Parts: sequence; structure tokens; C-alpha cells
Amino acid sequence: MLSIENLHVSIGDKEIIKGLSLQVPAGEVHAVMGPNGAGKSTLSYTLAGRAGYEVTEGMATLDGEDLLALEPNERAAKGVFLSFQYPLEIPGVPTLTFIRAALNAQRKARGEGEVSAPAFLKLAREAAGKLKIDFDMLKRPLNVGFSGGEKKRMEILQMAMLSPRLLILDETDSGLDIDALRIVSEGVNAMRSPDRSMLVITHYQRLLDYIKPDRVHVLAGGRIVASGGPELALELEAKGYDQYAKAAA
Amino acid sequence: MSLMQAIKARDASLLPSRRDEAWRYSDLRAAIREIPGASPEASRPTGPPPLVDVEADHEILVLNGRAEAKGFLAVAGAPITLRLRIVSDAEHTLHQSALTLDLEPGADLTLIETYEGQGSAYVSGFSLAISLGAGARLERIVLVDEPADAISISRSEIELQPGARLAQTVVCSGARLQRHETEVRHPGGGADVRLDGLYLLDGKRHADLTTVLAHTAPDGTTRQLTKGLAKDQARGVFQGRILVEEGADRTDARMGHHALLLNDGAEIDAKPELEIYADEVSCAHGNTVGSLDDAALFYMRSRGLPEAEARALLMQAFVGEVVDRIEHDGARAAVQAWVARRLEALA
Repeated sequence: MLSIENLHVSIGDKEIIKGLSLQVPAGEVHAVMGPNGAGKSTLSYTLAGRAGYEVTEGMATLDGEDLLALEPNERAAKGVFLSFQYPLEIPGVPTLTFIRAALNAQRKARGEGEVSAPAFLKLAREAAGKLKIDFDMLKRPLNVGFSGGEKKRMEILQMAMLSPRLLILDETDSGLDIDALRIVSEGVNAMRSPDRSMLVITHYQRLLDYIKPDRVHVLAGGRIVASGGPELALELEAKGYDQYAKAAA
Repeated sequence: MSLMQAIKARDASLLPSRRDEAWRYSDLRAAIREIPGASPEASRPTGPPPLVDVEADHEILVLNGRAEAKGFLAVAGAPITLRLRIVSDAEHTLHQSALTLDLEPGADLTLIETYEGQGSAYVSGFSLAISLGAGARLERIVLVDEPADAISISRSEIELQPGARLAQTVVCSGARLQRHETEVRHPGGGADVRLDGLYLLDGKRHADLTTVLAHTAPDGTTRQLTKGLAKDQARGVFQGRILVEEGADRTDARMGHHALLLNDGAEIDAKPELEIYADEVSCAHGNTVGSLDDAALFYMRSRGLPEAEARALLMQAFVGEVVDRIEHDGARAAVQAWVARRLEALA
């Protein structure tokens, strides 16, 4: 379970997250919705440990373990996975090489043995097949020259192969057409499991038609200003964020 | 002004300095205050040669400036591999030598040229005159691996006949002042030249890869790619000059130099030059100096890669393009292994 208590985060001198609290129990999918500038991406980068996002107060734990004290790669080994809004291009590093290095680094950090090359290839073929990814594409440098939809599929592929305990999806729907959205969402839904928490960060309700959340939270002005069931997302779609902008001010 | 003249006259003031355009970034005069005494004879190295995975048909040793042979002639026929080891084992002394390498028309030679240094603060000079007959093929793989306080100057002059093919890759780790200079006379007429380089520098190491290539007649192609990494206070110098002389029409030449500064104190000096006096020429050059992408590093770390491993992977990918162009399978694998070890120091 992900537990965030009274989190404050600054970038430079500017406080972006101002006392955010949130619990995502294992097995549940929670959506965080909010207007532009509410602090959605700051929340996801802070949980993943990006440099420059300074936590000035509060805590974030995964299954009781303090995440904020860990390096980004240590968080990954503990099971944190952030799916980037804009996945980076890694020139010269074939996708398979990258995923295998990441998987083995995580396993090593957990004191587990490396995955053998044949076992890894089998895993990769299965995961690629489910996401309708041409296996030859995995021999190309990661994300270099890939379309927006292909990059998001690569994120889901990595997620499936790294099998994290906490998934953070940062605006995963941005740049996706309807077909890609469906494939990506099916990939995410296939990962739902009783021991896995998911945090779906999105501006639009559209994604939540495909990935059904258990709970919906509204993030405005750096705080959670409302929480509710899936119906809250529909209400936001109908009425917009204006009512919460006042509450946050 | 040259190292040879200065040694002959025992006059350090004759050494090229930053006032000489060609030595602007590699001030030999400042590095050598006085011409040192001559290096003593050295014994044969007992350890295995660098790039040990490459099997050679012939070997020439040059020990502290004493060459076992004056030159080598590659005859036409089956492919030949020659290992040329320029070994320095000296303290504060100087040695230099010269060698010729001739390829008969149609000969096919792979030259594995290694500069191996032991001891410290020596000055080493080496020059190589290479000629390729019509249709001959030379792949030259140069590895320069010397102590951080050595001074090492290597210069080669290469002449090709039409239809010949030269492919060169120079890989070096720098020294107090290390310069590898290649001058090529390109005859066109279907002759093809590849001139690649790679420098991997840390500490206060300085490496200078200088090439001067002249297209003298029509229909020649040249491909040049140099890459480099500089860490700490290291300094990388790339000077590439391609001259397309009058009448060398339909020349097709590409030059690229790309380097990464791994921290603030490092320095890269690049001077790519294209000079064109012919018609219907296709020439291009590109030059970039950047740093490792922080956003990409964070992305990699967020997937579980420790920082050093993520940096090494990005660096490996960056320099891999040069290493992958080595055609000789054994040499490519051996250079890959050497580069991987070197990158551990830079990660």
C-alpha cells in the first residue's frame, strides 16, 4: 500500500505540493485528476525520486518503507514504476538490452539471481505479443523514432516485465489515439492484482472509461481537495475544475 | 618545426607551439622544456600485447625507438594481419623511430598498431609512411594506451592509388600530451577512405586526433567519424581537415565529430575544416559537443539502473557507433573489451 502523509514539495523556491495526503491500498486503482499546474506531474516525479523536487515536509511510504530517502533506482527495486508522460529516447541502447539491464539491476538490488538470456527472451516475447508489439522493434534503440503510441506501449511492456508493486501512470493517455488507448489500457488492466497499487494521474476522464478506478481524487493547488467514487470523474467531466480552484485558493 | 628537427638539433625552441596553427591546442613546446636524453635499450615486454584476441601472421616490435625492421611489404594474395607494437619503457627520456609499410596492388592487410607504455614521463615519437597500391586494402586499427604523464607523438603519411581502400580507427586514452596525426593523399578513381577516431579521457589527460586529407582527383569517397568523452580536467582535441583540390570533381566526403563533456572542468577543442575547390562535390560535416542527458539518466534510474551503470550504458551507446565500424571481427571484439574497461573509469 502507498501512503502519503502531509507531503510538501518545492521546486527551487516555489512550493508546488502543499500538504498532500493519500492512501492507495494494495489491489486498488486510484485516479488523481486535476487542472494544469495542480501539481500532478510533480507528485509523480517526487514519488519516483527525480532530482530538483525537494520534499520539505511529510512522508511517502510503500508497504511501510520510507520511499523518500531512497535513490530512484532503489525505489524501482522496491517496486515503484513511473510510466512517463513523455518517455525518453535512449539512443544506441537496444530496447531488449535496456530492459534486461534494468530487470537484472533490480533483481541484484533485491539479492536475487540474474535472469538467463533464454528465460528473458521468452518473457519479452510473451509480453510483446500481448501488447501487439512487433518483436523486431525491441531490437531498435529504446523509443528512438517511435511514435507517441509506440512509446506508451513500450512503457507498458517494461511495466509488465519489471512487475512493480506500485504503478504510477502520468498522463498515459496523452498523445494516444483511440486504438492505442485501448491497447495500452488493456495492458494496464491485465496488471491489476491484489498485491499491486495503481495511481492513475490524468487531466481527462477519457482514460478512466478504460481503466476503471476504485477511487478518484481531485488535486488542486497542491492538495487533494475532494475524493470519491468513479462518479466523481464523470462529475468533473461535466462541470470542470472551476469549483475546486476556489477551494484550493 | 617538428619534433624530429628539434631532437636532431637538441633545441627545444624548435618544437611546435600554440603559435603554430596546427599545434594551437597541443602546445608541445610548453610540454617539453628541454630535449631529454636518449632512452636506453628496453627488454622485450613479457606481458601479452594489448588487443590480445587478435591473431596476427607477423609482428614487428619497436622498443624504445629501436625497430626490429625498417618496414614491411604486404604482397597480394591472401589477407595478412600484421601486429605492430610500439613499446615505450623509459623514465624521463626520449626515443623515436620511423617505419615504412607498403601494400602491393591487390594486397589485403589488417594492421593492429598498439602503443604500449611503461615507466613515466617519457617522450615518444613515431612516424609511419604507408603506401597502398591500386586495389589494395588496408584496415588499420590503432590503440594508444600510455601512462598519464607520457608525451607521445605519432604521425603517419598515407598514399593511395586508385581503387585502393583505407579504413582507419584510432582509439586512445590520452597522456600528458598525446597526438595522433594522419595525413592522407586521396587519389579518387574509386578509392575509398574511412578515418575514424575515439578518445576516452580522464584525469589531466590530453589527446589530439588530427587528420589532413586531400582529394587530388575525381571520384573519391571519404567517411570520417570521431567521437570522444572527457572527464575531470581532461582535454580532447579534434582537428579534421578535408581538402578537395581543383579537379577532384564528384568527391563525396563526410566528416563528423561528436563529444561529451562528463563534467565542468573538461574541455573539447574541435576544428573541422572543409576546403573545396572542385565541382559537383558532395561534402558535409557535423560537430557537436554536449553532455550526458540528465533526463535520460533519470528515466534509466527510475527503471532500476544504478547511476554509474546508467551512465556507462549511455556512454557505451555513444561510442559504440565508432567501434562498430571496425570491420575485422577479432579486432572489433578486442577494442570493445578495451573500451568497456576504460568506460568503467569514466562512469
